[in-house]
Amino acid sequence: MSDTATVSTETATYRRPSGLNAIYQDSRVIAWRNLVHLPRTPQLVIFTLIQPIMFVLLFTYVFGGAIGKALPPGVSYAQFLIPGIMVQTLVFGTSATAVGLAEDLQNGIIDRFRSLPISRSAVLNGRILADMIRLTAVATVLVVIGYVVGFRFQGGLGLGLLMILVAVAFGTSMCWIMTNIGMRVKDAETAQTAGFVWLFPLTFISSVFTPVYTMPAWLQVFARNNPVTLVANLLRALSVGEVLPGSTWVSMSLPVFLWIVGITAVAAPLAVNRYRQA
Amino acid sequence: MPPIIEVENLHKSFGDTHALAGVSFQVERGSVLGLLGPNGAGKTTAVRVLATLLAPDQGTARVGGLDVSTQANAVRSIIGLTGQYAAVDEKLTGAENLRMVGRLLGMSSSQARSRATVLLERFDLSDAADRQVTTYSGGMRRRVDLAVSLVGSPEVLFLDEPTTGLDPASRSELWAITRELVADGTTVLLTTQYLDEADELADRIVVIDHGQVIEEGTADELKDRTGGRSLEIEFETTAELAAAASVLQPFSAKGELQQNEQDCLLSLSVDSDTALAVRAIAALTDAGLSPADFRLHRPSLDDVFMALTGHGTETEEQEGPNSIPGHAKSGDTNTEAMNS
Repeated sequence: MSDTATVSTETATYRRPSGLNAIYQDSRVIAWRNLVHLPRTPQLVIFTLIQPIMFVLLFTYVFGGAIGKALPPGVSYAQFLIPGIMVQTLVFGTSATAVGLAEDLQNGIIDRFRSLPISRSAVLNGRILADMIRLTAVATVLVVIGYVVGFRFQGGLGLGLLMILVAVAFGTSMCWIMTNIGMRVKDAETAQTAGFVWLFPLTFISSVFTPVYTMPAWLQVFARNNPVTLVANLLRALSVGEVLPGSTWVSMSLPVFLWIVGITAVAAPLAVNRYRQA
Repeated sequence: MPPIIEVENLHKSFGDTHALAGVSFQVERGSVLGLLGPNGAGKTTAVRVLATLLAPDQGTARVGGLDVSTQANAVRSIIGLTGQYAAVDEKLTGAENLRMVGRLLGMSSSQARSRATVLLERFDLSDAADRQVTTYSGGMRRRVDLAVSLVGSPEVLFLDEPTTGLDPASRSELWAITRELVADGTTVLLTTQYLDEADELADRIVVIDHGQVIEEGTADELKDRTGGRSLEIEFETTAELAAAASVLQPFSAKGELQQNEQDCLLSLSVDSDTALAVRAIAALTDAGLSPADFRLHRPSLDDVFMALTGHGTETEEQEGPNSIPGHAKSGDTNTEAMNS
């Protein structure tokens, strides 16, 4: 312990960046931290990789025969399923945001960050940034497994990439909702439940797994206006390169765009504000 | 030079609970202040206010002349926080934790890396540097936690119950590290439930309870009010107890020899003179008396507390061996009293 002096002699030869640059740098460090967590959290690996693969295989080979018959002629179930399951998987994947944040609050690591002279929005921004990367990875895995079961980017690679982009953008807006949940519950277990249960009706009462017209009329009202349906339909259109009969690219994309912007515009400031007060 | 920490009339309530009800104290630059009190006394709340994690309802707190409410970010760059409520990232390795904080403080990758290496070596964690913190022992965690809070070479270090739940070896290790930091000029504010910890480390002690400062002074001053350590000897029979009492009579210079017949317990004040305790036991053995048990009883927070709140005398009768290890118990009682 002869090097005692080195502990405090090495003083400020560094300087904190300022303004937007500081927010960017801090967010990047926090995002890195959250990404490092991924491979070290078995649950997340399962959610990220195993679950989507299992869902695709189960739905294609178990339900595909039956549900496929309800589809318009010439549409394969894999082609119908992959865009839908992409929304569903990404939406479910966002609950990890709530759990992760609740865990951080519970463990005291957030207090550690808050005792450091870093920008106040960096912790949330960094988490969202990491989640965006995670969701992109999930979407990519889905496309790969999709190709195995017969899904194709029929409208070309450009529209295919746009499809992933839209899915990730919607998932990211949902992550902002999840940050609010994560900060308002008292522990990770509650976050798990609170971030999860409402996703079942949200994703299942939609066009994700089955065409909406096969549902009872009263349920169709919800299903048709469900943002998950709107996103799933847009992703399908992007994957085949043509819009649904009776709609245009604008009529299909605009509502999705508005949902993404709307959710983010409400949930993100609420979350940042909540974080400041926490 | 003005005090580096100035706390004035701090108030903070959570619902009906007045965690801080008008706390004031000061800490001189380069010194160690021990904030002593039972669970729920308001120690942690005070630290959280000083570390900018919590806004006070009323009153002011300054660290390094900076106001914690209006100049929070400036305060953050001169403080380090370690303890029960500030943590390290368990999924990261020790080295990653240190590098992350270095980067957040504005260091370049290579600066952060070399700072991490220095601290890991300093805290004897080099071998565990690349292991996730989840795999660390309790003592290692506290060390890495402390290391993380020192990345930015803070002028003021808050240690919030740094040794609660640690084994004795890790505990004294942490004490040694703290002393070295103080020798380097760091100001330390330490919260603790243990008088011996405050005794070991603190230059001055502030005792708080129910969110208020009830006493302030050096460790010696506080101990004068509580009577110091005593040797407790237990016997099988009251006959032995009486015999032992007469053997030990010459050892009690100030007449502080107490007999508790109900528990067959003899208590001799020895303060810090452990040799006196050894001589007393030897004298008993020479007289052919063999105690069923004996121990050195240090004044616990209970005792200080009793003494400071003026309930010291009435508890003497009940103060058998059963009530001695009652840190947690009495803490709980105080918490309850505060909530009710």
